[in-house]
Amino acid sequence: MSSKAYDITEAKTTFGGAKEMILNFGPQHPSTHGVLRVILTLSGEKIVNAECVVGYLHRGVEKIAESRNYHSFIPYTDRLDYMAGMSNNLAYVMAVEKLAQIEVPERAQYLRTICAELSRIAGHIVCVGAAALDIGALTVLLYGFRDREMILDLFEMLCGSRMTVNYMRIGGVSYDATDAFLQKCLEFIDYFPQGLDEYEQLLTENRIWLKRTVDVGVISGQDAIDLGLGGPSLRASGVNRDLRRDEPYLVYDKLDFKVPLRENGDVFDRYIIRIWEMRESLKIIRQCLDKMPGGPFRTENSRFCLPPREKVKTDMESMINHFKQVMHGIEPPKGEVYFGLESPKGELGCYIISDGTGKPYRLKLRSPSFVNLESLNTMCKGGFIADVVAVIGSLDPVMGETDK
Amino acid sequence: MSDSAVITKIKKKFGNAIIDSHSFCGDDTIIVKKESLKEICTFLKNERDLDFDYLLDVCGVDYLPKEPRFEVVYHLHSINKRQRIRVKAPVADGEKVDSVTSLWATADWVERETYDMYGIEFEGHPDLKRIYMDDDWVGYPLRKDYPERGYKDEYQPFGEEE
Repeated sequence: MSSKAYDITEAKTTFGGAKEMILNFGPQHPSTHGVLRVILTLSGEKIVNAECVVGYLHRGVEKIAESRNYHSFIPYTDRLDYMAGMSNNLAYVMAVEKLAQIEVPERAQYLRTICAELSRIAGHIVCVGAAALDIGALTVLLYGFRDREMILDLFEMLCGSRMTVNYMRIGGVSYDATDAFLQKCLEFIDYFPQGLDEYEQLLTENRIWLKRTVDVGVISGQDAIDLGLGGPSLRASGVNRDLRRDEPYLVYDKLDFKVPLRENGDVFDRYIIRIWEMRESLKIIRQCLDKMPGGPFRTENSRFCLPPREKVKTDMESMINHFKQVMHGIEPPKGEVYFGLESPKGELGCYIISDGTGKPYRLKLRSPSFVNLESLNTMCKGGFIADVVAVIGSLDPVMGETDK
Repeated sequence: MSDSAVITKIKKKFGNAIIDSHSFCGDDTIIVKKESLKEICTFLKNERDLDFDYLLDVCGVDYLPKEPRFEVVYHLHSINKRQRIRVKAPVADGEKVDSVTSLWATADWVERETYDMYGIEFEGHPDLKRIYMDDDWVGYPLRKDYPERGYKDEYQPFGEEE
């Protein structure tokens, strides 16, 4: 938080000097996507400086992690980027798996890929819809939420909850996919291109939308790298970096997909990249559904992974394992790992230091929304005040993740 | 175990400044003296076949009661070479570390976060202040001697007594 409150008298005196004015934008503002506060220094309608103030939603999950065992931290990750809970779950459990060197069965890997891509679509829908809403195009958000509802229903079929999914487990996933889920999933990917066409009809060639987005909030590729921008926003500036292709995890190396790229780095490019990525995600999900093998959905490594529920009730050894893991926690080897994956917002990383006990000694989350917001000043400088909402919308910050 | 190509290259150039190195789970890590941190980072960024142009993260770790107490950890990535490295530097309580904001602009916020959570100060940072906690906050929340529930005050009746 840490920025002194600018009171009105200060603004008046500077305004009286006819040069600059300070405007407090947020934290309670409908288009800051949560509790983001931006202190704008204005000269007329032009922006001289845009200083972000974050921390209004800080809950200290890193501190919490130090007193929980490895299994019981998973639900906390749902609440970081609550628009794409699956990706957060995944980044954390994969970091633990890397640390303890756990092999994950193939079926679980395919299920994880499907979930990660579904949550990418859900996240991008909210981003595109909310960005359009902020600039005054309400319909896209309504259409978007209609389609997002289907994804949330799919998650509900899979694990019983819609947004705070808590689906991933160390060594696999919590439930197997039913045939009904796979059928519904197929129906969704058959339907969704139509939905995307509808968004595009409303926006892509809409003159008002183009006037509000083209050449607004431009950032060059070099600046974007320097400021650590990630995900679709980085690729919109012409930097070809996608961890799914560059450092394949899960089964991405067995799948055929393209990484969309644009050159201009303006708000429009960041929008269109997301639309294209959603189309690619559909392709990925279809391939996963085709190739999905049978077999177990969680590994039977009794040292690190919880045994299946039925076995806990019927088998003595499983019950002992379950008890030990829940009471003492799993004890991965001493050491430190970093694992990063491509979340809808950029590289979501998890850095774990283990001291060999049941709780992480230190857990650091590299949240993409937080780092992406650093570029807001560069994008807004020299632009108009009306464009600030367009730029924030195109960066897609989720404050739960920014503030941790 | 033999070192990876990146570590070998750095060791060759800065033999004395490297305290230790390892590649646990495939993550290349070097532990360096805090005095040469900035110099090594400059080398990592500018050397052509290392080319670490993307700073992922800066964070602190508290090893109470070990001495030196803290460690600052940098995660770097090279977009062209597709390689990663972790640079760590031990820092004693009250010591300052050179800021790397002049090399990577990303460092601005993440160094502020490290300062906010651990009280580690960065020399040469343009505007070092708290980022998550309030300006008048007392203490550094992620230090190991800071209670998980916080301290008891008028807003926090369930906190621990100081």
